[in-house]
Amino acid sequence: MSETAVPSKRTVEIDHQSINFGPQHPAAHGVLRLILEMDGEVIERADPHIGLLHRGTEKLIEYKTYIQAVPYFDRLDYVSPMCEEHAFALATEKLLAIEVPERGKWIRTLFAEITRILNHLLNVTTYALDVGAITPPLWGFEEREKLLEFHEAASGARLHANYFRPGGVAKDLPAGLADRIGEWAETFPKFVDDLEELLTANRIWKQRTVDIGAIGGAEALAWGFSGPCLRASGVPWDLRRAQPYDMYDQVEFAVAVGRNGDCYDRYLVRLGEMRESVKIIKQCLERMRPGPVKVQDQKITPPTRAEMKRSMEALIHHFKLYTEGFHVPAGATYTVVESPKGEFGVYLVADGTNRPYRCKIRATGFSHLQAIEVLARRHMLADAVAIIGSLDIVFGEIDR
Amino acid sequence: MNFLFHTIAGGIILAFLKALALLVPLLIGVAYLTYAERKVLAAMQLRKGPNVVGTFGLLQPFADAIKLLMKETIIPAGANRLLFILAPILTFGLAILAWAVIPVNNGWANANINVGILYLFAISSLGVYGVIIAGWASNSKYAFLGALRSAAQMVSYEVAMGFVIVSVLLCAGSLNLNDIVLAQRNVWFFIPLFPMFVVFFISALAETNRSPFDLPEGESEIVAGFMVEYSSMPYALFFMGEYASMFLMSALMTILFLGGWLSPLPFAPFTWLPGPLWFLIKILLCLFVFLWVRATFPRYRYDQLMRLGWKVFLPLSLGWLVLTAGVLIATGWLPHVS
Repeated sequence: MSETAVPSKRTVEIDHQSINFGPQHPAAHGVLRLILEMDGEVIERADPHIGLLHRGTEKLIEYKTYIQAVPYFDRLDYVSPMCEEHAFALATEKLLAIEVPERGKWIRTLFAEITRILNHLLNVTTYALDVGAITPPLWGFEEREKLLEFHEAASGARLHANYFRPGGVAKDLPAGLADRIGEWAETFPKFVDDLEELLTANRIWKQRTVDIGAIGGAEALAWGFSGPCLRASGVPWDLRRAQPYDMYDQVEFAVAVGRNGDCYDRYLVRLGEMRESVKIIKQCLERMRPGPVKVQDQKITPPTRAEMKRSMEALIHHFKLYTEGFHVPAGATYTVVESPKGEFGVYLVADGTNRPYRCKIRATGFSHLQAIEVLARRHMLADAVAIIGSLDIVFGEIDR
Repeated sequence: MNFLFHTIAGGIILAFLKALALLVPLLIGVAYLTYAERKVLAAMQLRKGPNVVGTFGLLQPFADAIKLLMKETIIPAGANRLLFILAPILTFGLAILAWAVIPVNNGWANANINVGILYLFAISSLGVYGVIIAGWASNSKYAFLGALRSAAQMVSYEVAMGFVIVSVLLCAGSLNLNDIVLAQRNVWFFIPLFPMFVVFFISALAETNRSPFDLPEGESEIVAGFMVEYSSMPYALFFMGEYASMFLMSALMTILFLGGWLSPLPFAPFTWLPGPLWFLIKILLCLFVFLWVRATFPRYRYDQLMRLGWKVFLPLSLGWLVLTAGVLIATGWLPHVS
């Protein structure tokens, strides 16, 4: 090594190669910037950087009336918009101490589950794409398209629905939609079977996901995991079961639980949840009865158009509601829903005015993302991709 | 006409024409392979694929080619300009060069040489240089990582592939591709050597960097791998090189295992089709499986790919080679070499 007679005392440090994974990376799911310190192909350190999609949602909500705040929730986790709205709607209702009419609750449960399937379809199939299977996403998007049409039929928008409002839902389902959803629910399990055919028993898929990014139940809890990621680790914690909201205590469903907490189990749990969601959807459609879909208090929900043409009072209500909004009595609540990604919570502080004093949002993906360092250490570069895919990270929510 | 066969100049012109007669259909084939891939994948993925440019989108490959031609060739700062440009030329050139020895029908090869298979093997091994040079000359760590992966992968699978070829050679008793096909008149080699056929096919996938071994391009990890810095025509050359080598591997598979231009059964309805057509049909069949695999499987991880190559395929092909040799000697079926 050294040609001099004196042996060199200089120690040679071999630097790890650091790689910038994202923010413009097709597998990074949005604007994740992951700085990987690589020892060859092996990841020594994974450092996720956040904030590239920060829009100040929480602060913006403080300057909006309660109704105006709802659309911001669509834009958090834009893959499961209605579930996010759900948390805010429930929180506001709690502070207002109002009870949503039964049909409103059924519709919300129905669409929360449709949203869950939407989210899991996107996640599972693009996760497969990240691992290199190019067909699942295209099959999955076909199904997603049908579901987005239901979204559109109900709310008028495919993605940013603004449908779940404090006090119920924006409007009742259009005629015939329930039947269409029912027909779709009959065909969907077949699709899940097809998807499983491609992946579940596939040797390569299993080699790529089994024992990759494994995390035990206790450790998952310590990192603040929730939702499918936590259940994959064997902790049967589901907020729909543990503290039911809306109609979840009325429907029967099983909670999919994994065992090993690896990428493969997270995939299986999501598939299981999709199957269960279809069951919930069917029950919702069966047990839904005609009736009002929002509280009949015109101080909180708008009157119908027809009413406004007839009644001066309704017109005033409408005007007041859409300019000043409603006032929420002072108080604070932390309300959570089981969003497709896990525990999505809203900590809402009201000071008696028409605007929230504070609206802290507990983003599900944030806790999952922070564990990447633990999950990906000593794994290969390609595994990092599988891990990110299996964690179901959406940056709209993490950066808020 | 006579001067073509009797003068040197004529000979050169004739060779040129022969090469052209092979290359023009080949290049059109490569262009339409991209189209076929998109159509086949589309059909498997419940969508339509290209259908706007021309009838059924048949002019799509030309639209793509023109688009790439019109683009600016970007050479990254700090790149080695000469090598950067040389790499795609090398890749594409080698993929085309190999076709010189491929017999399309009995005796229809541009160069019917006795070491045909060695020539092919040598040329396809050289393909790795295009990749390494591209990765190094790009002056980008992503390209470099991709190139390293690709090189390791191509070299690993070549070993197994070599043993597969040797077992075919033992059965055929010749290195001449024409003779190898003729040796399959009674039975195509994929029947007695079925495991080797499978190993060869999978190695061919790895060798051409196709899914599920498309790590060098690793779409979701190191995007586009060694060709991440390439644009315009150099990129198009890499692309065409990849598809040309898919064609080549399919042709090789046809020659070694599927009886080349021979008809499946040597009597009437089958023999109506001319040899080159059978050859083409078999190639297309192999190519279809290439595409089918791509639509079906996820991608291997780097270490898994290496393990498969060295710990599964290598012992398997080596063992089968010994077995083949043993059986041939024990039964006295070893072909006599003059």
